[in-house]
Amino acid sequence: MDLVTRHQQDIRLLRKPWQVVYVFVLLVGFLLLPAVASDYTLYIVTFVLVYSIGALGQNLLIGYAGQISLGQVGFLAVGAYAFAHAAKTGIPFFPSLLLAGSAGAVAGVIVGIPSLRLKGPYLAIATLGFGIAAAQALTNWEWISGGRMGLVVPKAELLGFDLGGTTATYYLYGAISAVFILATYNLTRSFVGRAFIALRDSDVAAEVLGVHLTRYKVLAFAVSSFYTAVHGALWGQLLAYLEPQMFTFIESVTLLAAVIIGGIGTVAGSIFGAAFVVLVPQLLSDYREGVPILFGVLIVLVMLLEPLGLYGRWIKTKLYFQNFPFR
Amino acid sequence: MVERFLVYGVGGLATGSLYVLVALGIVLVYRSTRVLNFAHGDTAVLVTFVAFSLLSVHAPFWIAFPLSLAVGAAGSALFYLGILLPAQRRGSNPVSQLILTLGLALIIQGATGLVWGAEPKVLEFPLSDSDTVSLGPVVLSHLALATLGVGVVGAAGLYLFIQKTRTGLAMRALSQDLEGVQTLGIPARRLLATAWALSAVLGGTAGVFLAPVLFVDPHFMLEPFLKGFAAAVLGGLDSLPGAILGGLLLGVAESLFGGFISVKFKASFAFGIILVVLLLRPEGLLGRPFKERV
Repeated sequence: MDLVTRHQQDIRLLRKPWQVVYVFVLLVGFLLLPAVASDYTLYIVTFVLVYSIGALGQNLLIGYAGQISLGQVGFLAVGAYAFAHAAKTGIPFFPSLLLAGSAGAVAGVIVGIPSLRLKGPYLAIATLGFGIAAAQALTNWEWISGGRMGLVVPKAELLGFDLGGTTATYYLYGAISAVFILATYNLTRSFVGRAFIALRDSDVAAEVLGVHLTRYKVLAFAVSSFYTAVHGALWGQLLAYLEPQMFTFIESVTLLAAVIIGGIGTVAGSIFGAAFVVLVPQLLSDYREGVPILFGVLIVLVMLLEPLGLYGRWIKTKLYFQNFPFR
Repeated sequence: MVERFLVYGVGGLATGSLYVLVALGIVLVYRSTRVLNFAHGDTAVLVTFVAFSLLSVHAPFWIAFPLSLAVGAAGSALFYLGILLPAQRRGSNPVSQLILTLGLALIIQGATGLVWGAEPKVLEFPLSDSDTVSLGPVVLSHLALATLGVGVVGAAGLYLFIQKTRTGLAMRALSQDLEGVQTLGIPARRLLATAWALSAVLGGTAGVFLAPVLFVDPHFMLEPFLKGFAAAVLGGLDSLPGAILGGLLLGVAESLFGGFISVKFKASFAFGIILVVLLLRPEGLLGRPFKERV
């Protein structure tokens, strides 16, 4: 059914003609959404876009490279504050975003190097420690966080256009997250992504096959924290305001929940997961206290019953209908 | 100067003895099941809330406290038997087991928030924070004294249990070789469930004794739990004496850091310690160096 005879075919982005149609429909839907949806819907979708970048970053790290991190909130804080301060000094939007991402990547390398010696639970603790220490240190440092008053993030401008409007932000964020989604697909089908997968499955075997462990582990941390820092920057820009209470351990858990509920080790899964962690609290806004229960129960169920998460369910449903009368 | 040093030091010991209790719970579970229990702090929250409810209907403290500990212990053992054990039987890796405990943490957080509400509450504690006893230059509140006492009693009790009873002996054997223990006909699963229950008792005790200082809300144990974690890592994740040493050291070091260097970064200090320890000596002060089989 899915015969591949050459490597080129195996790594093609769109392997089937109907996938082209899917992507086209998605793109048109994305472009036309502002014509039909309310401002509120657009705002929420923009949030989903922001979270999908962070979830992709977390997924690259935990799903592809197999390195657990509970310290995403640290990178989130680094990105958000770097971006806010860059934007305040008058640096334009895209350079600020790049600066924030790079700051996050540097932080990722700083965490990644000591983490080379650690695995599994120990890595979880080390990253947890980093995340909380970094977020607390940044927010306690008044010069950076603006103290109790918080920090106002200036409105973005691009080539003289004001990007404050909901629709403009929606398109801008959509374009940025599309770039990140495409970049992730490209990364995972390149030799770098394959090296990540190899070191997730067995790092000793990967090293024997010539994957430079040090380089790729640190690279995984750098790339993932670049994503997370950009998530932080865009998040701050969207809320237009940063306050210390935003950067708590819960944010790390949310990103992890997004990846696990969505489907670990798949790009589409991260996006499903991001949509899930943003939409569910919105839909259940009358039962705010119930949201953590739902997340927790789902994480447990997914870990026990459906290791590939929502994405795995989707694939199984699709297969069921493809082979319909037969099982 | 010396006096201030003493004051901060003894104050640190009191906080440290609670870190010891939390750390002992983490180490007990890690040693026996090789799972880092991220729901440890939340179990303690549950225990504290149950104690809060019992105390607010005027149950005497000596009834409310053990009863709430029993609830926590039962919940913890149930989680092990009902969720973790099936996952382990399917051969799930340590990271996914860790994520399962995170799931439990979220469930407890949500449930306590749903039942008791998110606004901070004051636990009616029989000992006061303002009545003090002077020991030379050091002034201690009744509460701090009781805290120290509970830390000592808890640690000593656990030591006696692990070292002097048959069950304790079986548990020590269990942490070395699960299959070997099962071959000898020791009920390993029941023992592991006991370890989880005991861990909840230790954590819950810390929670109830922390409650008069902090306000009780669904997240109040997060910080102490993470500190206990840091203490466990400092002492060595598979060493019970290490947890005691780590907890006391962390409590004192943190208190001195807050007193002499910076109050603002006091909270971040513990996590700095985690990073330094993991960098220089990943097995902790008293832990066995871990080797990996390829």
